[in-house]
Amino acid sequence: MRARGLKGIRGLAILTALAFAFSFTARAQEGSQENSGVTLIKNATIITITHGRIEHGSILIRDGKIADVGASVSAPADAKVIDASGMFVMPGIIDCHTHIAVDGDVNEGSLSVSAMANIKDVLNPDDVDIYRELAGGVVIGNVLHGSANPIGGQTIVIKLKYGAAPDDLPFPDALPGIKFALGENVKHSNFGGPVPRYPDTRMGVEETIRDAFTRAKAYQQAWADYNRRKAAGEQNLIPPRRDVQLEPLVEVLEGKRYIHCHSYVSDEILMLMRVAKEFGFKVRTFQHVLEGYKVADEMAANNIGGSTFSDWWAYKMEAYEAIPYNAALMTDRGVIVSINSDDADEARHLNQEAAKSMKYGDLNENQALRLVTLNPAIQLGIDNRVGSIEQGKDADLVIYNHDPLSVYAVVQKTIIDGKTYFDRDEDIARRAGLAKEKQELLEKAKNEGKPAPKPAEETKPEKKKPHEKSKKSKKPGTAPGFSGMVAGGAR
Amino acid sequence: MNPRRKIRSLALSVAMFAAAAIAALGVFLISPRVAFAQGPPQTGLSASAGLSHAGEPRFFAIKGARIVPVSGPVIEKGTVVLANGIITAVGADAQIPAEVEVIDGTGLTVYPGLIDAGTTVGLGEAENAAPTGGRRGGGPRGPAPTRISTGPQDRPLTTPWVVAADELNLADARIVSWREAGFTTGLVQPEEGILPGQGSVIDFANEPAGEMVVKPRATLPIAFVTEPSFSSFPNSLMGSIAYVRQVFSDARWYQDAAAAYAAHREGQEHPAYDRTDVVLGEALKSNEPILLPANDQLAIYRAIRLANEWQIHAAMYGAQNGYEMASEIAASKMPVFVNLNWPHMEKGADEEQITLRELRLWDRAPSSPAALAKAGVTFAFYSGGIKDPKEILKDVKKAIDAGLSPDDALKALTVNPAEMLGVDDRLGSIAQGKIANLVVTDGDLFNEKTKIKDVFVDGHRYRIHEEASPGPPGGAHKPPMQSGNEGVGR
Repeated sequence: MRARGLKGIRGLAILTALAFAFSFTARAQEGSQENSGVTLIKNATIITITHGRIEHGSILIRDGKIADVGASVSAPADAKVIDASGMFVMPGIIDCHTHIAVDGDVNEGSLSVSAMANIKDVLNPDDVDIYRELAGGVVIGNVLHGSANPIGGQTIVIKLKYGAAPDDLPFPDALPGIKFALGENVKHSNFGGPVPRYPDTRMGVEETIRDAFTRAKAYQQAWADYNRRKAAGEQNLIPPRRDVQLEPLVEVLEGKRYIHCHSYVSDEILMLMRVAKEFGFKVRTFQHVLEGYKVADEMAANNIGGSTFSDWWAYKMEAYEAIPYNAALMTDRGVIVSINSDDADEARHLNQEAAKSMKYGDLNENQALRLVTLNPAIQLGIDNRVGSIEQGKDADLVIYNHDPLSVYAVVQKTIIDGKTYFDRDEDIARRAGLAKEKQELLEKAKNEGKPAPKPAEETKPEKKKPHEKSKKSKKPGTAPGFSGMVAGGAR
Repeated sequence: MNPRRKIRSLALSVAMFAAAAIAALGVFLISPRVAFAQGPPQTGLSASAGLSHAGEPRFFAIKGARIVPVSGPVIEKGTVVLANGIITAVGADAQIPAEVEVIDGTGLTVYPGLIDAGTTVGLGEAENAAPTGGRRGGGPRGPAPTRISTGPQDRPLTTPWVVAADELNLADARIVSWREAGFTTGLVQPEEGILPGQGSVIDFANEPAGEMVVKPRATLPIAFVTEPSFSSFPNSLMGSIAYVRQVFSDARWYQDAAAAYAAHREGQEHPAYDRTDVVLGEALKSNEPILLPANDQLAIYRAIRLANEWQIHAAMYGAQNGYEMASEIAASKMPVFVNLNWPHMEKGADEEQITLRELRLWDRAPSSPAALAKAGVTFAFYSGGIKDPKEILKDVKKAIDAGLSPDDALKALTVNPAEMLGVDDRLGSIAQGKIANLVVTDGDLFNEKTKIKDVFVDGHRYRIHEEASPGPPGGAHKPPMQSGNEGVGR
């Protein structure tokens, strides 16, 4: 669980007026034309990540892919040209730990093993946080279930295609994941419902995971037996009962699903590695992993990535032994490291979060930017498609007005599959019209069903206390009771 | 012009007089509402109970009225004949049998009885419950649930065996108020839970409960609601969806397993009985429409996807964002129950917290029916928590003002829900052989000034707006009628 809100102020300067609404369908239609066209970005400083920087370089985008990149690139005469003189282009940011774009609670916190819950069922392309993160250069998110359970729900990698249809968000062919978690949250140490839930200790957490995989193996075996007997021609066999809780764990055992494990304390991290070895499954990443610097060698030996924060700690007991050198130290020991947000605000300046690893741990510029581009792509198994600017990769790009490692860098455009999903100039140009529309609709809504508008004093609503405001749902059309942050929002 | 001025055959008038006299006595001695609250009559010995059911003649002809059959062209001047609860003739020159009570329909318009395709009317105290569709996401932090669910196997918030027709509470005053607003029929659905039960098609007649039932198992509504806290599964929307996925799988498994076990018991465990599995299995086999929540764009997408994944005979309900999703809905071929309870700005709302998205929804939601009609979607209207039934037609009018043709509006209140609920052989239009459910008005149904004069349910006549007219010439003064159903002599 992050200390949400403490750091919220500093990001608010960025484009607070962005809460405009696209409908799925409207956006989808807008996008279709540009995607098939050819675009040339020229005169830019290109940060390729894999092949250094190219000054005054060009990128040719065709059919949503990077068709060419270099100091001189030939483009067809009718290509749409983006003159990026003085600008910096880098691969779009990949956030390996996010909870945006989720309809409803991110935590099925009732069960110790809530593997049946699936983020894919509740993806919300209309979440305005998607747009706000586009304005921070993010193009891909690993949307995770919360951390209230030793074994949590199924997770999914999405492209931040704001306003697309829900089924168009998932990154094609990216392996799905499942959230695991260790430590205080899964023991409900700092929150919980009125009824206590097993496990209450770290021993219990380990037992919960072992029990789940023991059951998953039995389930796997039951299907194997059934299929074998059926193939042998046996009639009238009762099939095993499908179990939506155990299915994803069988996928983990079969290498078809990644484990992303929320973790803090080193001995718990070692525990999961032992259990994984015993049951024959792999852990793909440790998330948060604030004590990763203590077990970096073990992580590297097991080929497990570390996805951490830059300098965010001490928000609970298990986050006390964190140091800002964590990312650099793990990197030095050969761990693939990413820096993630776990937070819709933090995600808007992940470039700056990456830059901090230059101050703390002396990573070089490229190593720092890898933390939010190619490294998370590797961790998510999508580095053949994204994470660097190379010919043939997806045209997922972000254009800054300054070096992205500078605090002065502001995102100008964010491009996904060759299509511009955020354009700062267009956004600014749109604001007045949206404000006008809002005011007109507001007046109309206020006068709905009234013969004549009442005097202003009478219609003015009572001033509400801040905590009452916070209960307000951010979505339209939701039935009463909607809340995205039930029971402390264990993340 | 006055529908009360009736032409009667001499023989019938004697019978009517006798019936009215006894009825007046009944009204005086005991309120019909109280009488019915005590349950259906046992023997017909009490005055009110006996008359309400058996003693009333149900032979009427409405003559010379404008008839809107919905199933066919409007008859500008025609006759509808009702006998024993059935429409026996309709047409410009329909024969009027000698024994019927003839009602002068001059200046009146006759419509099929209106259907509210989603309500709790008749289920009593659910009056203040949230509209169907339920909570989304983690609900409010509430007290500990009385029954802790530790997973799908505990069947949380699941009572599909509850059939609305079995739960009717005749004391529910809304039966009368809905009827007086022209709604002769409702799809009455239980609404507490993920699988709260089965909806029934109910005629809002003043009859013993069993006789009001047109179709007991008409729908199986689903709402992806949640438990209020981490104490009980499911507390999240995705958990609720995962649960229903498991339950449908279980119901199908149980059918297969039971068949396999019956064929070959040796070496096999008998599949454990589970009433949820059994009831859902029956619903799946009978192709009972399964209603999925589609309260907004996202939910509409989800309903389409889940209906495909689960291979169920599904319809969606809500659809107030239909104006944005009409082509997707049309492509899905799913019928739609449209909630008429249009979203709007709440009184005292904090304007700073209102988003443009909400404002657009409030502004455009009533245009959804027009968009659905244009896209060729079959849809029906439901009252979705509207408290005052007189508001329902006003909300239909908003949809008409936003582009829906009055013809399509009328269909969404009559023949469409009848088809969607599989009762179009009996309800939804004025045609020979249909149940005698009619609304008689003094003008166009969707005109705000129009008054409903008579409502016929199951062939019973309920006279509306009686209090506004003068007393019968030369007759004894009667107290003003309160619920409009006493006029038929009960």
